[in-house]
Amino acid sequence: MPDPVLSLSSVGLTLRGNAGDVDILHDVTLDVASGETLGLTGPSGSGKSSLLMVMGGLERASQGRVAALGQDLTTLSEDGLARFRRDYMGVVFQSFHLIPTMTALENVATPLELAGQRDAFDRARDELDAVGLSDRAGHYPAQLSGGEQQRVALARASAPRPRILLADEPTGNLDEATGGVIVDLLLGLRDRHGATLILVTHAADLAARCDRTLRLRGGRIEDIA
Amino acid sequence: MTLPLPVRLAMRELRGGLRGFRIFLICLALGVMAIAAVGTVRAAIEAGLEREGASLLGGDAVARFTYRFARPDEIAWMEDIADRVSETVDFRSLAVVGDGDSAERGLTQVQAVDAAYPLLGDVVLDPAMPLAEAFAGSDGLPGAVMERVLADRLALAPGDTFRLGERAFVLSAILVSYPDNAAGGFALGPRSLVLRADLDGSGLLTEGTLFETNYRLDLAPDTDLAALETQAEARFAGAGLRWTDARDGAGGIAQFVDRLGAFLVLIGLSGLAVGGVGVSAAVRAYLAGKTPVIATLKTLGATRRTIFATYFTQIGLLAVAGIVIGIMLGAGIPLALAPLIEARLPVPAAFALYPAPLAEAAIYGALAALIFTLWPLSRAQRIRPATLFRDASGTGGGRPGWVALAVMAAAVAALIGTAAWFSGTWRLTLWTAGGVAGALIALTLAALLARWLAGRAAHLFRGRPAARLALGAIGTRGGETVSVVLSLGLGLSVLAAVGQIDGNIQRSITEELPDVAPAYFFVDIQPDQIDGFRARLDSDPAVSRVDAAPMLRGIIRAVNGVPAAEFADHWVLHGDRGLTYSDDLPDDVTLTAGEWWPPDYDGPPLVSFSDEEAREIGLALGDEITVNILGRDITATVASFREVDFDTAGIGFVMSMNPGALRGAPHSWISTVYSEPQAEAQILRDLANAYPNITAIRVGDAIELVAGLIEGIATATRYGAAATLLTGLMVLVGAAVAGERARTYEAAVLKTLGATRARILGSFALRAALLGAVAGAVALAAGIAGGWAVSVFVMETDFAVVWPNALAVVIGGAAVSLATGLGFAWRPLSATPARVLRARE
Repeated sequence: MPDPVLSLSSVGLTLRGNAGDVDILHDVTLDVASGETLGLTGPSGSGKSSLLMVMGGLERASQGRVAALGQDLTTLSEDGLARFRRDYMGVVFQSFHLIPTMTALENVATPLELAGQRDAFDRARDELDAVGLSDRAGHYPAQLSGGEQQRVALARASAPRPRILLADEPTGNLDEATGGVIVDLLLGLRDRHGATLILVTHAADLAARCDRTLRLRGGRIEDIA
Repeated sequence: MTLPLPVRLAMRELRGGLRGFRIFLICLALGVMAIAAVGTVRAAIEAGLEREGASLLGGDAVARFTYRFARPDEIAWMEDIADRVSETVDFRSLAVVGDGDSAERGLTQVQAVDAAYPLLGDVVLDPAMPLAEAFAGSDGLPGAVMERVLADRLALAPGDTFRLGERAFVLSAILVSYPDNAAGGFALGPRSLVLRADLDGSGLLTEGTLFETNYRLDLAPDTDLAALETQAEARFAGAGLRWTDARDGAGGIAQFVDRLGAFLVLIGLSGLAVGGVGVSAAVRAYLAGKTPVIATLKTLGATRRTIFATYFTQIGLLAVAGIVIGIMLGAGIPLALAPLIEARLPVPAAFALYPAPLAEAAIYGALAALIFTLWPLSRAQRIRPATLFRDASGTGGGRPGWVALAVMAAAVAALIGTAAWFSGTWRLTLWTAGGVAGALIALTLAALLARWLAGRAAHLFRGRPAARLALGAIGTRGGETVSVVLSLGLGLSVLAAVGQIDGNIQRSITEELPDVAPAYFFVDIQPDQIDGFRARLDSDPAVSRVDAAPMLRGIIRAVNGVPAAEFADHWVLHGDRGLTYSDDLPDDVTLTAGEWWPPDYDGPPLVSFSDEEAREIGLALGDEITVNILGRDITATVASFREVDFDTAGIGFVMSMNPGALRGAPHSWISTVYSEPQAEAQILRDLANAYPNITAIRVGDAIELVAGLIEGIATATRYGAAATLLTGLMVLVGAAVAGERARTYEAAVLKTLGATRARILGSFALRAALLGAVAGAVALAAGIAGGWAVSVFVMETDFAVVWPNALAVVIGGAAVSLATGLGFAWRPLSATPARVLRARE
């Protein structure tokens, strides 16, 4: 494999809970190539979302090394990680996580504003147009349907042209038809920007559209297909 | 122009409305309002006193002498510098109506004036008439006027006659107001005005009578008052002349208003601290609700600094709104109520918009907001993006960073420094700050202990789910225990402290004093009357004790040649003091150092000084004290110190000299008479009939007067404490609102499990009452500690816990908490369980 975009070696994750320490991930070693689409699957509680968080620097690995675009994420501070995500990563959530007090346009513009882009709103408008929501730019999240909210979230994630797109069950809260639209949009964005896509999913048809699928069980890689 | 990103983000966040910020705004606004209102009233009174300074003084300047009239050279100087001079004499006497055993007597503060009076301002009489016409009298008798309270007490109406000493007067009119009433100081009796010349033949104002003369001066408009004061002091330094002028016309009253205002502002600051608890809780709850937004922003690349700046801006804007609301209310309410307040004030007030007290209140509000929001704000920036994936900790745990802690410490120091600077009293400010901090720490510890105990005790209540639920709720981390105990407890602590101080003062007045206090003080007993006076009392079996001593008044001018004002700042060195003489050491006097002079000692003047006051001033045996008596300086050597008890209302003199030192000085005697209550009236009648010139002061009346004054101060303080408690109540309501969702869920689960609404209500009530009782108990301890500290260190009186006030605080705390808890139980109880539980899925 040429230089991987994401490289995990012997990664473990232990979280401290009320009942004591809980081991979430064990000895995960993995490389993800540039432009690749990787599906993370497995039963509930197998550690899929946690692995995605570790890849995005949203959670710090307890053991091992996580490198993204050659940068060792384990050496970055919290703010360093935030800046890295701002510049190179986009994240899509199952629950959308739009900011309720901001319009669709403002939600999409926010990462561009954080990056100091002067044309943040023009570009945000283009991104909304790309997901077919230019007529909903002034609407607040509460005024949008679930599918529309996820399309805004997709536009927000892709607006800074990220090299890596992370998606946590992006269709989990949507019906089949709407979920299909979202998947098409997500893969379309990947193609348009040449991004590497890593997504967590339970849906077999979505997993089938990935270049590779990694199956987790009990926090360990069960197989890679 | 594009606003900085945090400001833009903050403005977008504010679109969510003020939901969750109502309590924040109310707490901050109430705290600022109380301080701004007190400041505005104080500024209005000070402006009123300043505006009417000359009128309050009755002249542009006053030269005052104790015990004597001005000498010709002094009068000549005054006539030289002033356009007009008015001489008045001030003394106490008894106004008598009727004769013999049926005579009625009332103590009065007589002002004997000349034809030039009043130089400034007006005397208002009822029925309206010129003062000269009132003094003209009728039926060959000179006229007089007196305040209504005295006329009513003696059942006098205009046209009736009464006597002062041996001189009869006709009451021409009721004295409604007169110009120099605010500067006259503390008067024991209602005021009467007569012409000085009409007192001839009254037997009053003889040598040794206690009186004060005032020479009011009408000066040219451009007169340099400061220069005149310097000139007066230089020319008559040793003559006992005391100078006051319109620059400080209200004198003691202005100082009193200033002190009381400062005290109330400090109570207001305690209220702001209570409000701060609510502000902090509101910000914490708001930021907890914002956790997903903050985590999302971080996921999108926002740094900690951006997060902090965004929410700091947002909270800052709301704090400004709260402060502005508080200032508008604090300035507006006194203005709206101006006529009512003016009617109740004994001094003039000029109500207007005064920027200084409003700025002071705004500074306090801003600093308090900073202190109480920085902690949750600092923690919020540590929220991790991973909370979007799993239900991680709310607003980020642990303590804030060092920078935030340093800024908070600086803000606390700035707040205390500002309060001390504005109030002018570091000591009281530090005491208040220490008290508030101590109470906050004690309440936090008590809340944590209650939480720990409740958590442990909950398991013991098997089979009683309502009690277990109540204790479990109190024992939950992150529940409402700490905020309820803090908010209610701090308000109650202030109220408890005020209750203990007030109760102790009232107790010392009503319970202790009458046991040891004499029935009457008699003053102005002439030396040739004292033997007859004693003879009447010694033969009366109802009289248990008679103390009598010669009395003179003098001003301490210097100690060891150093001017008194420069030597020390002590009440004994301000104004004139009573002093006595005695050849022998009186039986009930104990020397603490030095020796009493030998019998018939006739050497250089010696003085025995009160031990406690001597220590406070810093006197040593052998020091030389120069006292000006009737314009003559007497320098005496301190020969001994002795114990003097000023608390028992008996005769207590700071200084006692050897008789030779005061030989030839005109003086009178003062006497205290201890007797059975039923004999008091007859004693007064007999003595007043035999010696019309002497003045009797009923100690009970004097005590009532002082008690009334203290009651007024206590009432003002209670209003301040009530504002603090109201803020605490708002915080309590905020906590109840914040906990409503959790209680709704609890109620839904319990209903599903078969609990009746009465049982659930009982559980909520138990929880609220227990929390209230904990807050009340800590407040009780804090209040007693505060009351003890103020009584012992500030007021220097004995302290005993006033249990009725103390228990009222604990019961009140539980009741307030219970009422709030029950008030906010309605919605949780009426919610449908299925809907609540489905919404949680």
